[in-house]
Amino acid sequence: LSRIGDELYLEPTESGLSLRAVNSSRSAFASFLFAPLFFQLYEPGSAGPDTELFRCKVHMKSFLGIFRSLPSLEKSVGKCLILLKPRASRLVLQLHCKYGVTKTHNLAFQECERLQAVFDTQRCTSRLCAPARLLADAVVHFPPTLAEVTLGIGPSGKISLRNYVEDEAEPSKTMVTELWLAEDEFQSVAVAPGSHITFCLKEFRGLLSFAEASNLPLTIHFDEPGRPVIFTLDDTVLEVHLVLATLSDLESNSQSPSTNGVSHLPALSDEFADDLESYMAAMETNEGGSEGPPSPTFPLRTPQPAESEPEEEEEGAVPGTPPHKKFRSLFFGSVMTPGRPGLATTQEVLAEDSDGE
Amino acid sequence: MPFSAQPPASGEGYALSASLDNARHLSSLLRAVHFQDHATFLATASGLRVTVEDAKCIQANAFIQAEIFQEFSVQEESVMFRISLSVLLDCLTIFGTSSLPGTSTALRMCYRGYGYPLMLFLEEGGVVTVCKISTQEPDELLDFDFCSTKVVNKIILQSEGLREAFAELDMTSEVLQITMSPDKPYFRLSTFGNAGSAHLDYPRDSDLMEAFHCTQTQTNRYKISLLKPSTKALALSCKVSIRTDAQGFLSLQYMIRNEDGQICFVEYYCCPDENITEAEL
Repeated sequence: LSRIGDELYLEPTESGLSLRAVNSSRSAFASFLFAPLFFQLYEPGSAGPDTELFRCKVHMKSFLGIFRSLPSLEKSVGKCLILLKPRASRLVLQLHCKYGVTKTHNLAFQECERLQAVFDTQRCTSRLCAPARLLADAVVHFPPTLAEVTLGIGPSGKISLRNYVEDEAEPSKTMVTELWLAEDEFQSVAVAPGSHITFCLKEFRGLLSFAEASNLPLTIHFDEPGRPVIFTLDDTVLEVHLVLATLSDLESNSQSPSTNGVSHLPALSDEFADDLESYMAAMETNEGGSEGPPSPTFPLRTPQPAESEPEEEEEGAVPGTPPHKKFRSLFFGSVMTPGRPGLATTQEVLAEDSDGE
Repeated sequence: MPFSAQPPASGEGYALSASLDNARHLSSLLRAVHFQDHATFLATASGLRVTVEDAKCIQANAFIQAEIFQEFSVQEESVMFRISLSVLLDCLTIFGTSSLPGTSTALRMCYRGYGYPLMLFLEEGGVVTVCKISTQEPDELLDFDFCSTKVVNKIILQSEGLREAFAELDMTSEVLQITMSPDKPYFRLSTFGNAGSAHLDYPRDSDLMEAFHCTQTQTNRYKISLLKPSTKALALSCKVSIRTDAQGFLSLQYMIRNEDGQICFVEYYCCPDENITEAEL
């Protein structure tokens, strides 16, 4: 989470403790939901009819500072108690260590709005599931400084990862790395051939290390360029979501705002090296067009009295994303309830969501 | 190099002369008090005391008793001089700081007297290095007037329990607050930093607690920047005694066992930042 944002949002819910973070340009959001069973004791407090369960945010560094040295924590700490004291304005973390020693940290917190990105894995047309190891091994081929990577599905169904090169870069001076993975290396594949998305590698790497360490398979849900990509990890006591904005495509910008049409990309030819330049050209997005209608690829917010939480007023293409990055920011608004009539996808889901094993 | 401890005759005698088979016995202790460039050396028949002070608030002393040395001779009742501790440490470790088993630097130290430099002869593996370090007029040292009869609270802890705590002290806090009490929380270290406050509690019945003699609840604050250097002494030690007197002056005494199993002591004295008599929880 610290790879994403500087603030840690803590939200106790009935279904567990949710820890979340968002980045400054609102193009990355992550949440870790720890089910009550994860804890020895879980008391989220009581929410009255008019009040909600208390939530807050703390500085990421302050929180991490308490768990600074993992090896020594493992050796000396027996249990950790986390108390949220709204009246004292303190988040209390108490570590019970060996020899009867108790370490109590009282962190200052800030009250905050509910942090929730709008996303729905059910609406994603493509899904890949792989052991974290596979992706970690793939990603290691890219330089640590690489910003964005493109995940693509070739016409034959092979999955590719390529570093994304800015349009302004001179083709003769840039290095392109591309690697292909066979379908059978994945645990499950349900993708539309020819589809591709480009997302920020830095934020993804953070999740990847966590997935590797916890030995959980990683599921990637994606759709068209411009729509967020959702990475999920599932466990009996933990649910992790990482939502990243993706670069939108020149083609999809020309669609009318009311439809959520499929963008047609030039098909990746097998002799991609020859078509590289034309492919790169097709990836170019329309930077100047953002003064037009709001992003066609994001669900619009509808006033919903049932959603009682005061939500942040965020629209689709929010400035704050650095201009040279053509990512759309994620929409933060009312959480869409599944099954609501909304913008219909014209592309059918190729496979039903199934459990990741 | 035959330097015998003869009474001074035609300038042959040395006010202080000492030999040590393993210079590390001296250098590691000196490092534990090395938070200022200069130190005051005091040599008496019982041994060597090296004192470092800062801000007129903190004083650290390293004691190396005569028995640690293979040879130790002081001509006058006491010999005292001021010297650069940084330079001295650089010389003592001139053959390197890594300790390979079996190899050690042998040291011979000679001081003719007032105005003369301190001579060091260091030998390792047949190679000899001679160092001459200039000495200065000794400063007047602080006297904390801390004596055992005035001690209000005293505990002795195994250093193992405090090492990590001191190494991880929240340095964004200006003070380190120490609470000692016959009642809960017994022994508490607190910091008040940018992230919030942190308290480290040691119960009186902890396995780490070797001795617990607290008669009164006392809470005192000390400038954390002054106490942080004591972490080095803590890292070397096996036990530490923590004592406070009625004024809130703090005495930390570290028992250090060297490679040969001999015991040496380092102590830190610190005066309180503010005097708070009520326990601040």
